[in-house]
Amino acid sequence: MQTELPATGHPLADTVARFVWLLPALPLLGFVLNGILSVRAAATIGPADPSAHDAHGAHGAHADGAHGDHGHGHGHDDGHDAHHPARHPSAALVSIIGPGVLFLTFALALLIFGAMRGAGDAMHVPFVQTLFAWMPTGNLSVDVAFQLDQLSMVMVLIITGVGFLIHLFSVGYMQDDPGYPRYFAYLNLFVFFMLLLVLGASYPLMFVGWEGVGLCSYLLIGFWFSDKANADAGKKAFVVNRIGDFGFLVAMFLMFANFEALSFAGVGAAAAELSVGSVVATAICLFLFLGAVGKSAQIPLFVWLPDAMAGPTPVSALIHAATMVTAGVYLVARSATLFAMAPAAQLTVAVIGALTAVFAATIGLKQWDIKKVLAYSTVSQLGYMFVGVGVGAYTAGVFHLMTHAFFKALLFLGSGSVIYAMHQAYHATHKHEDAQDMRNMGGLKAFMPITAGLMWIATLAIAGIPPFAGFFSKDEILTSVFARTHGSTLADASWLGIPGGVVLYGVYALGLAAALMTAIYMTRMMLYTFHGPNRTGEKERGHLKEAPWIMTGPLLVLGVLSLAGGWFNLPAITGGAIGPSEVLHHWLEPVVGTGTLIVTHGEATHLSHATEYALIGTAILIAVAGIALAAFRLKPAELKPAKDAPAEQGIEKTLLNKWYVDEAYDKAVVRPTVGLSRLVLWKGVDTGLIDGLLVNGSALLMRAFGWLGSQWQTGRVGTYAWALVFGAFLVLSAFTLR
Amino acid sequence: MTQFLDGIGYNGWILPTLLALPLLGALLLFAQGVTQKHTGEAAMRAARTLALWIFLAEAVLSLGLWWSVDVSSLDWQAYVDAAWIPQWGARFTVGVDGVALMLVLLTTILMPLAVLGSWTSIREKVHSYYALLLILTTGMLGVFMALDLVLFYVMWEVMLVPMYLIIGIWGGQRRLYASLKFFLYTMVGSLLMLVAILWLGIAAGQGGTPVFSYDAILAMTRGGVPGQFWLFLAFALAFAVKVPMWPFHTWLPDAHVEAPTAGSVILAAIMLKMGTFGFIRFAVPLFPAVAMHPTVRTVMLVLAVIGIVYGALVALVQPDFKKLVAYSSVSHLGFVMLGIFAMTVESVQGALMVTISHGISTGALFLLIGMIYERRHTRMIEDFGGIAKVMPVFALILTVVAFSSIGVPGTNGFVGEFLVLVGSFPTQPYYALIAATSVIFAAAYLLWAVQRIIYNPLVKPENQALKGMDLNWREIGLLTPLVIGILWLGVYPKPVLHKTEAVAERMVRQAEQARLSSRSLTVGER
Amino acid sequence: MLAESLALSAALFTVGVVGVLTRRNAIIIFMCVELMLNAVNLSFVALSTLYGASGQVFVIFVMTVAAAEAAVGLAIIIAIFRHRQSVNLEDVNLLKG
Repeated sequence: MQTELPATGHPLADTVARFVWLLPALPLLGFVLNGILSVRAAATIGPADPSAHDAHGAHGAHADGAHGDHGHGHGHDDGHDAHHPARHPSAALVSIIGPGVLFLTFALALLIFGAMRGAGDAMHVPFVQTLFAWMPTGNLSVDVAFQLDQLSMVMVLIITGVGFLIHLFSVGYMQDDPGYPRYFAYLNLFVFFMLLLVLGASYPLMFVGWEGVGLCSYLLIGFWFSDKANADAGKKAFVVNRIGDFGFLVAMFLMFANFEALSFAGVGAAAAELSVGSVVATAICLFLFLGAVGKSAQIPLFVWLPDAMAGPTPVSALIHAATMVTAGVYLVARSATLFAMAPAAQLTVAVIGALTAVFAATIGLKQWDIKKVLAYSTVSQLGYMFVGVGVGAYTAGVFHLMTHAFFKALLFLGSGSVIYAMHQAYHATHKHEDAQDMRNMGGLKAFMPITAGLMWIATLAIAGIPPFAGFFSKDEILTSVFARTHGSTLADASWLGIPGGVVLYGVYALGLAAALMTAIYMTRMMLYTFHGPNRTGEKERGHLKEAPWIMTGPLLVLGVLSLAGGWFNLPAITGGAIGPSEVLHHWLEPVVGTGTLIVTHGEATHLSHATEYALIGTAILIAVAGIALAAFRLKPAELKPAKDAPAEQGIEKTLLNKWYVDEAYDKAVVRPTVGLSRLVLWKGVDTGLIDGLLVNGSALLMRAFGWLGSQWQTGRVGTYAWALVFGAFLVLSAFTLR
Repeated sequence: MTQFLDGIGYNGWILPTLLALPLLGALLLFAQGVTQKHTGEAAMRAARTLALWIFLAEAVLSLGLWWSVDVSSLDWQAYVDAAWIPQWGARFTVGVDGVALMLVLLTTILMPLAVLGSWTSIREKVHSYYALLLILTTGMLGVFMALDLVLFYVMWEVMLVPMYLIIGIWGGQRRLYASLKFFLYTMVGSLLMLVAILWLGIAAGQGGTPVFSYDAILAMTRGGVPGQFWLFLAFALAFAVKVPMWPFHTWLPDAHVEAPTAGSVILAAIMLKMGTFGFIRFAVPLFPAVAMHPTVRTVMLVLAVIGIVYGALVALVQPDFKKLVAYSSVSHLGFVMLGIFAMTVESVQGALMVTISHGISTGALFLLIGMIYERRHTRMIEDFGGIAKVMPVFALILTVVAFSSIGVPGTNGFVGEFLVLVGSFPTQPYYALIAATSVIFAAAYLLWAVQRIIYNPLVKPENQALKGMDLNWREIGLLTPLVIGILWLGVYPKPVLHKTEAVAERMVRQAEQARLSSRSLTVGER
Repeated sequence: MLAESLALSAALFTVGVVGVLTRRNAIIIFMCVELMLNAVNLSFVALSTLYGASGQVFVIFVMTVAAAEAAVGLAIIIAIFRHRQSVNLEDVNLLKG
């Protein structure tokens, strides 16, 4: 396969990087193997003549159903309600294949990373490997080609690394689920598509991954599909994502119409020819951003992500926190040059990001479901990332993407451990309480100290307390926003008539507000979950215990990363005192450097040290204030278990109900569309107008003509005779009187 | 392979053979039905086995065309010309180009699958049923091959009658209404087309014996003919009914719902393609100046885009799964029309891609509906729910096919839609923009339906009784080629695109010339 | 002589037509039709003095057809009478659209 590929003379061509196609191929192989295992176990081939079988009547079929119930080990997909903790027959094999392929992929990714490090400065040109032509026709040529550069490498490492840990965690979390092979098949497929997304060398190929991860997300959210809510959530995720995908598609059409190119290289080259403020670039970027808004759950398309928590918790960690939802950020960073030519679009990205960060944080303040808190926190943090890439601080955005992958995966997996423990406890006593409601938790640190400790690390990281990872990335974003308020294309541009500089001050303020609320709701979550008295129940308390090592092991690794992730990109102001500074920044320079330089008028970011210290001080102060506020105001001891809790009132109720956004969309969009389709288009136009009036109407008209003619047929011979004579006279006179 | 085919003179006899074999088979089946002593199950088995063998022979024979046809040449391939009715000037002329090749192969490959799909569901007048399917095949193949306009018209009508009978005899509750509606709708269009064909033939004969040869008429109309607006209209109406374009589509839901499974499959997968094929082969190349006239073009594009959005929205609220798929066909075929009238190489190629991939995906959907109907005797979406638990293989294949119909990349559906839209955008940005919204609606209507059928709780006892009734080997076997086709065309569509590239390029080039030259003239040729 | 014969023929024909139009009894109408046929026969015979014998030959044909018609027609009338107990044509309008 490799021999026919052109050796482009790229320094990576002869290294291990030529196996880049193996990166997505390995998870695909895992998907195929696990898929076969899952179908083989589930399928019982039907009768040769189904209609003959049914003809015997319902009682025959019923007997069949009853027989099947104690038959083969399939069915019972309601895993979270697992009454039959019998392991899947091929579970052992799946446990090796599923995480195994991920481990191999991660190892290969590390090797390729090493090769890239070795190539040094020669890596300023991306390594593109073309496999075959995909859609060649007319002027269009789209190749299946993989692009290896610094940005895709970072993403690959995050996806495979964090992905491997989450696969490991899943081995424990999902062990009793009857759909075990199906779960790993989906998860492997997801990793395949995610790698395709970040490795694709053109927008259409990226779109394959883009929609593919959406597909996997759909399948995994609806994993326990026998529950209508889960199936609803999966469908909602896919459809809302498709609104974004519409934007992505239109952006690609615009690119092809204007540049006749769809590969990153081609579009990048064409974009560099444009001038800053170009209408074409602005239009393309806004449509691209619509795609990003859908995938990364920003206002106004964020509504699917909280519902997506219906999937298994490791899925929430992998797809809906660490990787897939960050694809939008990757998309913007990938199109850095294009966005640099469109300051208005960049400001839009930053403003939407900031608004989302604050809006989602307010909802996170009042949620009781532990996963919902984390879901809104994810939406909020994604908003932060968009602020970063929006102001052209691509490194900051990607850096936050990376640290967020660490601490949010840790938080989700930690919550998974908690839910697992709660579930086991309720299961042991056959109680049907909500295992995810924080009002049923409390004081869990006594029962699961490792999880509690690790989650505190992640909490401090997300709140922005130094020296945890989140502090550095979040601080870099805020500093960049502040720096852009002067001497950048953004400050010169205007957004909806407001000067760019003013907009950026607003964004900065919103960012601080979001940071404050983040600290508050995260502290609230930790206090209610792990501290204060336990509210699980007298009998259940004895069953609460720490999760097995296969689950806590990955947590430990993520804990270390959340603690030390900041060292990947220490700010320049540290001056190398505690380690090499701006590592990631230099690493990403060849990919996003041009874009950043255009935004900053070709100069490096300049802020006086005094300003920078002031900004850092403000950020730390706000984080500490948030934690302190939560710690002093909240009283975990006064909380009542969910079933005894009083109903919420006023603003609290509004926040608990997420500002009624879902309800508003339902009333304003979904119902009118369905109503219009049913009443106006189908019943009205189709059945009424076209079929009723035109089609059957023309038949009716013909019948009317026929009726008119038939009235001449009186049936009386006399009339006919008169007509005959009259006619004869007419004929005769016509001949004679001519 | 090519050498072997040349050695046996393949191109010289293949097309007449493909036309004659099904007719022969139909005669055999009638004879078998008349002479057969035993009745019941044995007779049915004998009939369907014979039919299946004939269809398989047809499919295997036709496969050689993939290699024997030189698609880079713009001459007709496998060309056969013989005298037929000399007094009228009608000749038996057949031949294929890249586009016809793909449609012929689609037909010959889908027909055995359609037979397998109605393997056990047809229990009355079995011999006649399969004989009619065979005659229908001749008609459909003839439409794609005919290079003589009278032959084309005859084949066009030949395929109408068997389908009328198939719906009318083996159909559902309202079969008589549906079959009559189907017949009259199509007739109204095709009679006008007959008038246009006669007009053209007589004009081409220049006072002598009429000439109906496609090439001769093409040469005559190249520079425009008097009354070409009306001639185009007559052709376009016949094809628009068949496509079906909005607002000529209302026969489709009724016909689909009432037809037996094989009928629905053939109707959706092949017969609708006659309409789009007609535009590509006849209406546009014969009258390029009319087709590219701004007003005509706008009307066609508007109808196409209305069809896309309207079909998707109406599909959203259908309670009957078959009807839902029927309306989704209206939406998909709208893409084909958009691609043709946007008139760029990419968009026309995309239109051809949608044509083929819609045949595969929608054919598979109808087959799946037929399979579940055989088990539950209902098509109402609300009667199902949760059957993924009892029929996992069915659920798996339905999911794959549904996502192909939605147009998820990696499946055939995406390639076609993407090419149409990306090709239409440079010339018709607003239409392309509106059409692109259907990616949202398509996901909504299909996923909603899929959820209500295979997901959600398994509560109804009739559905719980489906346990152990999952697809059998015959059904899995007949769906497998379709699933393979879905993935193959999605991942590596290049061979197919290559087959149709030359034809698409020529059509766009000539249409563009006609547009540019008619701009300088006054297009008052009405 | 020719003129008088044709005048008589015309008079007979007119009587026949008026009878068919005004009477309701099937038998009478039937007889009136015979009258019209014979009026035509008369003009055939008269005109044969001008155009040769073919007119007279035609008369034989007409008489043959008239005989056959009389047989069938009377049979029909009898059949109608059996069904309806009437030969009044007002009562027979099965052909009404």
